[in-house]
Amino acid sequence: HLATSLPLPSERDHLRPRIDLIAFMIDIKSKHSLKNVEASLTHVDASFFLGKVCFLVTGVGRVNYCSIDMNAIWKLREVYCSPVLFCELELEGMRVATAQRLLRMLQICAGHVPGVSALCFGSLMRHSADD
Amino acid sequence: ENADPQRTAFLLRKQWTLYSVTPMYRFSSAHLRHYARLLSAFIAAEKQKGLAVEIGVELDIKVAVSSLPDLKGSNQDQAAILVQLSSRSPASQKNSEEKLIWSGWFCCVSGDDFSQNIPEDFTCLPLFLANGAECYTSIVGSWFQKTFDCLFRRLAISPLNLSWMAAMWTGCKVDKTASAVELVFSVPRLPQPLDISYAIHPEDAKALWATVHKTPGEITQEEVDVFMDCLYSHFHRHFKIHLSATKLVKVSTAIASAHCEGIIKFLQSQYLTGVLMLLTELAISQIQ
Repeated sequence: HLATSLPLPSERDHLRPRIDLIAFMIDIKSKHSLKNVEASLTHVDASFFLGKVCFLVTGVGRVNYCSIDMNAIWKLREVYCSPVLFCELELEGMRVATAQRLLRMLQICAGHVPGVSALCFGSLMRHSADD
Repeated sequence: ENADPQRTAFLLRKQWTLYSVTPMYRFSSAHLRHYARLLSAFIAAEKQKGLAVEIGVELDIKVAVSSLPDLKGSNQDQAAILVQLSSRSPASQKNSEEKLIWSGWFCCVSGDDFSQNIPEDFTCLPLFLANGAECYTSIVGSWFQKTFDCLFRRLAISPLNLSWMAAMWTGCKVDKTASAVELVFSVPRLPQPLDISYAIHPEDAKALWATVHKTPGEITQEEVDVFMDCLYSHFHRHFKIHLSATKLVKVSTAIASAHCEGIIKFLQSQYLTGVLMLLTELAISQIQ
């Protein structure tokens, strides 16, 4: 399901399936997309931040189009304890690899992988932050 | 700033295309005249091959290479090197005027951290600025690359860096009536290219920056963000357009103007070294 911002319209709440993973997309070329994501984050229930949220930063192939300071991205990762994935949508290989990663994450978040839960993402994050 | 305004006046109000240059091997500022002769011979040879030149014009090209000792930040910086190409039509007498057709200069302003870490035989002049026909920039660049084993690359300026320039330069004091602060944005993903030009009265811009800038002597990313966000919200309130979703491509202020393709124009000699310091930093990050 794709949405341009949160919260999702309440009219469709009863028709909506359970949400297992939220991937927030930030276009490094657009400051506006960062602001949008920051505003949308406030509408997400705290329980999602136990491994069911990730940030997908796109447009990273071209450094000279960068409109967002990377420190702002790192701050999101830190504050929301959620992983950041980087992707250049225009490169097919990268697009496919990123989609596969997201799918794998989704399988784990939906409980389809025995022995691994979404909480693992959080502990992985904390571990790498301590290094 | 210690640059003598008289001697650097010729650098102002000209459009300079920016390049980053990797450290040059066995370059010596004691051999500038020799380099001028070698470069001159190289250009003549390229002309023979039919590569040099502006079509239809038979020009005798004279090369001058000199040093600009005023353009540096600290004593560790290498003095700037200026290359000038002048032409004289061969049909005229020896007293005929020479016309300057191309200029290029290498410089390093406050590049201490970088220059201190390079090996002995290398000279650190990471910023190159060129004005004149591209064919000459190409020839001069090739000669330097071949002779000193260095690499030239166009230096692009990201929207993030342009917004720093907008904030920093807005805060600079100018004597005469300042010109407007102008920001140009390019709107992506449209069938027809569209540019939005946003001009702000210099006093308003300065007043805004004064309320945002709290730390004397230093500028933080937050301050630049708040400054730009104020400008964006003001625009949005009037035109319902989110400038933050577009690409900032050009910034013009009273002291300088910069374009994302790596083009700069210096307008005030007292801030020349300051702007060069920022550009040197950008060139060094592109090299590293």
